[in-house]
Amino acid sequence: MDLLTIIFLTGGLFLGWSLGANDAANVFGTAVGTRMVRFKTAAIVCSLFVILGAIISGSGTTETLSKLGSINALPGAFAACVAAGLSVYIMTKFGLPVSTTQAIVGAIVGWNLYTGSSTNIKVLITILSTWILCPIIAGLIAMFFYTVTKKLLNNSKLHILRVDAYTRTALLLAGAFGAYSLGANNIANVMGVFVPIAPFSDINLINLFTFSSKEQLFLLGGLAIAVGVFTYSKKVMYTVGNDLLKMSPVAAFIVVISHSIVLFLFASQGISSFLQSLNLPSIPLVPVSSSQAVIGAVIGIGLLKGGKEVQWSIAGRISLGWVVLPVIAAFVAIIILFILENIFGAGIKI
Amino acid sequence: MFGLKSKSLFSQSKELERQIDEFVNTVSEVGLIFKKAIRDYLSNGSGNNFDKMVEQVSSMESKADKIKKEVETALYEDTLIPDARSDVLRLLEHLDEIIGLIQGNCYRFSIQKPAFPKDFHNDLINLTDVVIDSAESLCISVRSFFRDIKTVRDNAHKVTFYEKESDKQTSDLQRKIFKSDLTLDQKMHLRYFVEKIDQIADQAEDIADELQIYSIKRSI
Repeated sequence: MDLLTIIFLTGGLFLGWSLGANDAANVFGTAVGTRMVRFKTAAIVCSLFVILGAIISGSGTTETLSKLGSINALPGAFAACVAAGLSVYIMTKFGLPVSTTQAIVGAIVGWNLYTGSSTNIKVLITILSTWILCPIIAGLIAMFFYTVTKKLLNNSKLHILRVDAYTRTALLLAGAFGAYSLGANNIANVMGVFVPIAPFSDINLINLFTFSSKEQLFLLGGLAIAVGVFTYSKKVMYTVGNDLLKMSPVAAFIVVISHSIVLFLFASQGISSFLQSLNLPSIPLVPVSSSQAVIGAVIGIGLLKGGKEVQWSIAGRISLGWVVLPVIAAFVAIIILFILENIFGAGIKI
Repeated sequence: MFGLKSKSLFSQSKELERQIDEFVNTVSEVGLIFKKAIRDYLSNGSGNNFDKMVEQVSSMESKADKIKKEVETALYEDTLIPDARSDVLRLLEHLDEIIGLIQGNCYRFSIQKPAFPKDFHNDLINLTDVVIDSAESLCISVRSFFRDIKTVRDNAHKVTFYEKESDKQTSDLQRKIFKSDLTLDQKMHLRYFVEKIDQIADQAEDIADELQIYSIKRSI
């Protein structure tokens, strides 16, 4: 692998880092924000399960993303990742919880526009529709869990301290599940564009286990996410946990589990093919936004409580951010591609 | 593992639950001893038996203090129930004040030896009973707060009922005292004791009010 390849891969790693700092913070944000799980514990569990999710179940969403536009040269992939990473950084500066998902989709469309490649409209519509579905499903799941949990807690007459102990354990398990689902669902954002041009060769371990080039890429992406979690997510976790809505630890658990289920649903090839086998409409394997899932779940709980506690103006601002982000990412991608092609003479398309 | 201390987390919770239960039991028992002590004082004066009960209250107060400190340390050191921790600690603090009020009453009887004429005995016993009923209802409310949040309001309502009853009995007894042929200094002395006993019910009602707020905050 030459130096240039490594440099281009850093684009993906940068995006992985920003995913770790922003999106991964959504998984444990409410748990750490409500001081139910220590940051160090959250960071270790989150990193470990993000990497596992990425390697074991990361393929499904990657396929969908590659159908949107197949970036076929490393400089192009680099431009898309840097554009997505920068856009996320800009939006984060404005205090808007955004996701790398929307940014990378915007950046891929930007690449398509710049190189004159066609954008698969059907896939684009599928992705866009999941962005609307994702918060709604998360909200509905949260409402269901909130109602059931409230009933259970009221009838169980458990001591407040016992509830605390159970909630801590549940938060950690749900967080691990959430991190796994995030890795599975969102690794496509970080490394998806590099898959068709993976600069690695398969590693065969004593004829027992093959570590494919894709899995190696996903491991690398997972590690970048882990670095993001450890270096930058603490502040974001406290923001997600405290600023969005004052939440009880049990509500925090409901947010985490709802978010995790949604991400898992949109990443699980098993569930998708099971639904297909029953002749039911299958769930598209699309990278969805963890921020959207978390905010959907929080609003779901807020609505159940009568809707008075929901800061609708903030919710509106956040939604606007979700529309603006892909546009910004596409625009930034076009600028970077222009610079790469015309100043550095890099081949952005084969 | 991962700093969760999963095994000790549940055993620690159980231990703390036991300590909190023991603390509430102590509040309740101190009230019951006070009831007995007043009866004993009115029948036999400040004798050996009464002094023993005062000592018992005093040692229970020290025990409650010790439990309170241990619970406080555990809740803060292990960041348990972060959302309700300050409420729980304030609650224990205020319950401890009830024990303190009862202990104060015991000492006052032991040191100042107020001379309640026989005519007032039943009134004083009734007042003490209703005051301790309010403290008992408070203990039930506190247990509800920890285990069955839905019933806090019902039990807190009883505290308010007994506090009002105590106010009424305090006024009646004071009226009776000041209508009597006792000298003014004697009247003032007895009134002081009646008011101090009534304060226990006032404190119980204040805690019950707080408890209702805490229980609203505790809903998920």
